[in-house]
Amino acid sequence: MSGNDLTDIGTDRRTGLPGWLMLVPVGLLAIVSGFFAFGLTQDPHALPSTMIDRPMPAFTLGSLREGEEPLANQDLLGTVSLVNVFGSWCPSCLVEHPELIAIGRSGEVALHGIDWRDPPGAGAEWLARYGNPYAKTGVDADSKLAIDLGVTGAPETFVIDRGGRIRYKQVGPITPEVWTETLLPIIRELEAEPA
Amino acid sequence: MKRALVLLALALTPPANAQETPQTFTPEVEKAARELGKSLRCVVCQNQSIEDSGAPLAADMRRMVRERLAAGERRDQVITYMRDRYGNFVLLNPPFQVDTLFLWLGPALFAALAAWGWFAFLRPGRTTSHAPSPLSEDEMEELRKRMSQGPQP
Amino acid sequence: MQAGASAAIVQLLLIAFAFACLVWAFAVSDFSVRVVATNSHTLKPLFYKITAAWGQHEGSMLLWVLVLALFGAAVAAFGKDLPATLKARVLGVQGLLGATFLAFVIFTSNPFARLTPAPLEGMGFNPLLQDPGLAAHPPTLYLGYVGLSIAYSFSVAALIEGRVDAAWARWVRPWVLAAWCFLTVGITMGSLWAYYELGWGGWWFWDPVENASFMPWLISTALLHSAMVVERRHALVNWTLLLSILTFTLSLVGTFLVRSGVLTSVHAFAVDPARGVFILAMILGASGGALTIYALRARKLQQPPTFAPVSREGAILANNLMLLIATGVVFLGTFYPLIVDALTSDKISVGPPYFDTTFSPIMLGVIIMMAFGPMLRWRSDTARPAARSLLYPLAGGVGVGLVSGVLGQNLWGGVGFGFGAFLFGSLIRWGALRLRIGQVKTSQSLFLARAFPRATWGFLCAHLGFAVAVFGITAMSAWQTEAVATLKAGETASLGDRAYTLESISVELRENYEAQRLTFSIRKDGAPDGSIETERRYYPERDTTTTEAGIRPGLLENLYLATGEETESGAFTVRLNRHPLAMWIWAGGLMMAAGGFISLSDRRFRVGAPHRVAATTAANI
Repeated sequence: MSGNDLTDIGTDRRTGLPGWLMLVPVGLLAIVSGFFAFGLTQDPHALPSTMIDRPMPAFTLGSLREGEEPLANQDLLGTVSLVNVFGSWCPSCLVEHPELIAIGRSGEVALHGIDWRDPPGAGAEWLARYGNPYAKTGVDADSKLAIDLGVTGAPETFVIDRGGRIRYKQVGPITPEVWTETLLPIIRELEAEPA
Repeated sequence: MKRALVLLALALTPPANAQETPQTFTPEVEKAARELGKSLRCVVCQNQSIEDSGAPLAADMRRMVRERLAAGERRDQVITYMRDRYGNFVLLNPPFQVDTLFLWLGPALFAALAAWGWFAFLRPGRTTSHAPSPLSEDEMEELRKRMSQGPQP
Repeated sequence: MQAGASAAIVQLLLIAFAFACLVWAFAVSDFSVRVVATNSHTLKPLFYKITAAWGQHEGSMLLWVLVLALFGAAVAAFGKDLPATLKARVLGVQGLLGATFLAFVIFTSNPFARLTPAPLEGMGFNPLLQDPGLAAHPPTLYLGYVGLSIAYSFSVAALIEGRVDAAWARWVRPWVLAAWCFLTVGITMGSLWAYYELGWGGWWFWDPVENASFMPWLISTALLHSAMVVERRHALVNWTLLLSILTFTLSLVGTFLVRSGVLTSVHAFAVDPARGVFILAMILGASGGALTIYALRARKLQQPPTFAPVSREGAILANNLMLLIATGVVFLGTFYPLIVDALTSDKISVGPPYFDTTFSPIMLGVIIMMAFGPMLRWRSDTARPAARSLLYPLAGGVGVGLVSGVLGQNLWGGVGFGFGAFLFGSLIRWGALRLRIGQVKTSQSLFLARAFPRATWGFLCAHLGFAVAVFGITAMSAWQTEAVATLKAGETASLGDRAYTLESISVELRENYEAQRLTFSIRKDGAPDGSIETERRYYPERDTTTTEAGIRPGLLENLYLATGEETESGAFTVRLNRHPLAMWIWAGGLMMAAGGFISLSDRRFRVGAPHRVAATTAANI
């Protein structure tokens, strides 16, 4: 095709590529930027729980102290309860601890603890030092229950309804705001549910 | 933020299947577990598999994988177990499902588009013939100018 | 218009001064500067105090801007032969980029923010980053993908001018090549660092931040070759303009990725979505603006193809497209979790299994084009002579592939080795044909070899380097072996024909950490074979422990050893590995960069020499 060919003048089809192809790069950039903008509003670490509305898995935990009965599945039936995953190695757990003590004292809800990945005695010592807010505690040394619950770190707290189903998971420390604005309303709602 | 630091500190402790109590598994189980472990994500780490991570939870997951495989579970059963509790997030090899269709078919699509582009670029208008589009004002002007200039040397 | 050149140079001097001030603040441990306080410590060795200047977000952004200014000033200083309008426009675009990024630094990432009262001690530094290889990593990487801004600026300037001519092409290619060389070095060294420092023998993890540097590398490799076509054949102009803009866009996207917190990565800096917004705005402005200008103006520069499908240009274009597909695949895998999250709120992960499956086949296609391309003539050729020339390499490739695949009992290992051998053979064959070996006397061939321009040696070195890397990558993926054991002092574990005995455990106190060193003696088939050491280091100010793996590098394999924590019984879990041809991966990478540098030194392709190259003949490639 020589330059003098009349079919050639002013058309975009010199190369057989459609003219609108030139707009594709800009278009793609716009679309991709949209996703980036969305990404800026998200926390990539946040992992929603897959266990919501599912029954608490059957578990066996070790005792916190000699002779003490560890937390068991039956303890979670019949009343709304909070199950808090903690460890003596976990700084954030210490941060939320005063709030847990307050919750335990208030009697609003049954509060139990899972001592996760602690060597024998470490959890008991930690609770003795900082106070024990839990009605019952169990030790999960090898993460069997933690994995079963889809735990990704400590502290995490599960809200269990009367029938032993997991209804909510709080990731991270329970602050006073989290308690009054998020957990308490859920607990009240669950208590209002028919048995 | 503090929680993130805890997770980071945990993740930075080094690997080499460290913390587990040396429970021995057969070489077949080890091999299968390692293969599988490479495709399971350490959920407390920044983008590592449980085989590569030093985090304690990763070590526990590695042990759990080995125990299950040793107990006779199949590879896909272990994957389902993990997926059930952690969601698709835990699978480094994304499953082939509706929302990953484009992910898995994308590369082939790209290849097809590129092939089309290559051919379209290099074989202009051979199969299509269309009447020339009418000249624009400027082009008419240019044409007149050239016509009036007469033949070029 | 002249003001532009002076402005560019002054900008460089001022930013260099600012950077020097930052380095000084780190060197003297001035903890009234916030970044020094958060990232340094009096206990740190001086070298690492200085390199900490670019080891955090703010300082590294200042380095980013410094490199941007450096390249702008280089155009100003060395661009005497550039047409004045083009030069002015290029400096204008580059200057605008610099101004925007400076605004970003000043308003959101000020490295000189103060801390009052100044603390007495800094908060230390990640011990993983106290390493010479890693200290050099950001500067080389930035010289690479920030240097690609030059291609961007030149392309935008050309689009505004509506013209692409010989001077433009002559100018762009060496700068792209230089940036590419540094990027190659940066990525290679980063991978090598990960291998010996991160304690588990991996060398590439398809981590988002790794991908962020790899995508510009893939596209700039394509750009490099299409710029060559522009320079020599004045073809693929539009394509080169587009690639220039795309490659810098990917650099910006990479910067966004690392600093915005949009994706999780082992590598990410302290992240801040607010900064992410700013960077995203810059991407939309710089990239969106350039691509819009491209959409509007590129048609002016469009020409019908001046070459047949079967030709060197055709092969280069095909290769470019494959590199583009590869980039698309990496991009898709890296950002897919974000896309799915946005559309369905489902959280998924895309890890190495995906990339390994989708990326590797594309590279095989690239190798085929790399073999054919140099065999084809420019403009128009027939496939058969080229295919005939490649028969020997093909036979060699198939042979090597079969033998290695069968003996090594690994299909993909055989495929990888086969393709690597094919590529290697094609380069040998190319050389043999060019030097007319067998057709003329040896002295004639030697004479022809000596007459090879440097660019030819560069081409051979770089492509050979790629083949070497292919062998290394294949071997590591297919034929790595491993053994895990728990050992107390005096006990032995074995892997292959070697037995490792834990001889001694010692503890040493060093500058800012405590080292627990384990020494192993090795016996090969019963005979003594030296020793190997591995360390676990505890850094008190960060309360973290790292592992220094014991590595014995070798030409044909690396011996790799790492240990875990001590158990209560005083035993250590030990992980032994044999890494076949591991060093070939990084040797290949460095060879590619070396080839690029060799080409750069070719005086024919020096900047600002349009008149010298007018008579480039077909005697060279």
